[in-house]
Amino acid sequence: MSLSLALFAVLAAVCLGGGLGVVTSSNVAYAALFLLVSLLAVAGVYVLLLAEFLALVQVLIYGGAVIIVLLFALMLTRIQEFDHVTDNPQKPLAVLAAATLLGVLAVALVRGGPRGNTLQNVDLERLGTALFSSWVIPFEIVGVLLLVVLLGVVIITQARGER
Amino acid sequence: MNWLDLGLVVVGLGLLLGALSAVVLSLVWLERKFLGRLQMRLGPMVVGPYGTLQSVADGVKLILKEDIRPDWADIRVFWVAPVLVFVPIFMVWLTIPFGPGLVVQSLDLGLFYVTAFLVTSIVGLVMAGWGSANKYAVLGGLRAAGQLISYEIPVIMVVAAVAMLAQSLNLEVIVAKQGALPYAILMPLGFFLFFVSGLAEVGRTPFDIYEADSEVVGGPFVEYSGPHWAVFFLAEYINTFAVSILTALLFLGGWNWSLTLRDLVGLDSLWAQAIALAEVLIKTYAIFLVIVWIRGTFPRIRIDQLMALGWKGLVPLSFLVVLLNGFYLFYRLPEWSLVAANLAVLGGLFAYLYRRAQTAPSAPTIQRFPARELRRVR
Repeated sequence: MSLSLALFAVLAAVCLGGGLGVVTSSNVAYAALFLLVSLLAVAGVYVLLLAEFLALVQVLIYGGAVIIVLLFALMLTRIQEFDHVTDNPQKPLAVLAAATLLGVLAVALVRGGPRGNTLQNVDLERLGTALFSSWVIPFEIVGVLLLVVLLGVVIITQARGER
Repeated sequence: MNWLDLGLVVVGLGLLLGALSAVVLSLVWLERKFLGRLQMRLGPMVVGPYGTLQSVADGVKLILKEDIRPDWADIRVFWVAPVLVFVPIFMVWLTIPFGPGLVVQSLDLGLFYVTAFLVTSIVGLVMAGWGSANKYAVLGGLRAAGQLISYEIPVIMVVAAVAMLAQSLNLEVIVAKQGALPYAILMPLGFFLFFVSGLAEVGRTPFDIYEADSEVVGGPFVEYSGPHWAVFFLAEYINTFAVSILTALLFLGGWNWSLTLRDLVGLDSLWAQAIALAEVLIKTYAIFLVIVWIRGTFPRIRIDQLMALGWKGLVPLSFLVVLLNGFYLFYRLPEWSLVAANLAVLGGLFAYLYRRAQTAPSAPTIQRFPARELRRVR
């Protein structure tokens, strides 16, 4: 067995185990920490696919910022109320969403299939050039979206404070 | 990449762990001695000549100490947290070079890798605070999350500005690109911002509000003792050393200044490597001493001041640094113009701070709520 295959097996197992932990653990804080494990394993898969930049972005954004914001929100809410969430009315919706996603991915996998084994490392310069030339409009739109979100947060918190 | 490469990396990491532990022992001794000097006392003197073995003795004491866990703590989270703090901080060192070629694994995205992993250790701090089931620990964990997330932004922006100038994220290339003119001279504003927000990222004294003894009695670490507390301690010093060496590499020209000396002994010889290593270490320890000096001089700032400084001061200024570098690179302006622009902003900043310090505060900056108001659910 080659090294990359062995590593992939380990990472996939960790990722799936983390995902299972998220949905099975009754404690919300544990769920958040399992989510961190799962997301970091995804970063490892990106490294195996030679997408190092994406892997680091995954660590920085999900491993750092998103999980922290999640834990922050958890710690600022009253933990007694959310300590053991094992059942809630959103279950059918969640099943539906998961089934749809699974269906789409399965169809894509069957139709597209694995396309050969050659992986190419795209270096940062080419990535940056593409991002700021052919993809500059989507890039700017994302920037505007983030700005709107920021302004929205400021407005919402101010309105609450004044009441 | 094959099994052999992986084995070499593992061996390198093992060597690094040993070296860093030795470095931490020296840092602790140095800090206590230097703080002693600043406070007109001797510092540790009993164990070993000039107290040099004091930190070894402390380490032995910590490891032999009873490991206490509060009965009501969340066992799993409580024990995993120190590992989660230590691992990312240690992983950072994978790509930090001590000299030309003196690195475990040179990565092309090295600088980005370092900033990404420096941030991840916050999760461990928050977990430590939450898992201890202690109100001060939880408050400390929350403080850590807020502080580190906020000060991460200026660090990343200044690092991006450095990468713009060097046209690379590889730390060795960045050092090589600096040549005779280190980035501390080319972009003094960026140097200042990186140092200040770096101090906040590692929670050293003017910014140590998440473990402030007088406010949250040790923050996330209150309930830890013995070996597990030692892991946090080790992580904190390794992190401080990382920020020091990053400042030396990114802004002070790393191993560039000894180039003529290394040329004399032959650039590829072992002596040249040793000289380069010595230069990097001297710069790093000098920066560490400045950090200790700051610790011995400045009082801890308040939490609202910390947030205000981060979001109203350092974040906009760090965006300005990127902007200035962009103008400089795009219009191919002469070097002195970048230096002049940086110095002008920095001068204006200090003038503003000085004038603010001279005038007494007109009104209390803390908003006071009656306790009944706070208890009401909004």
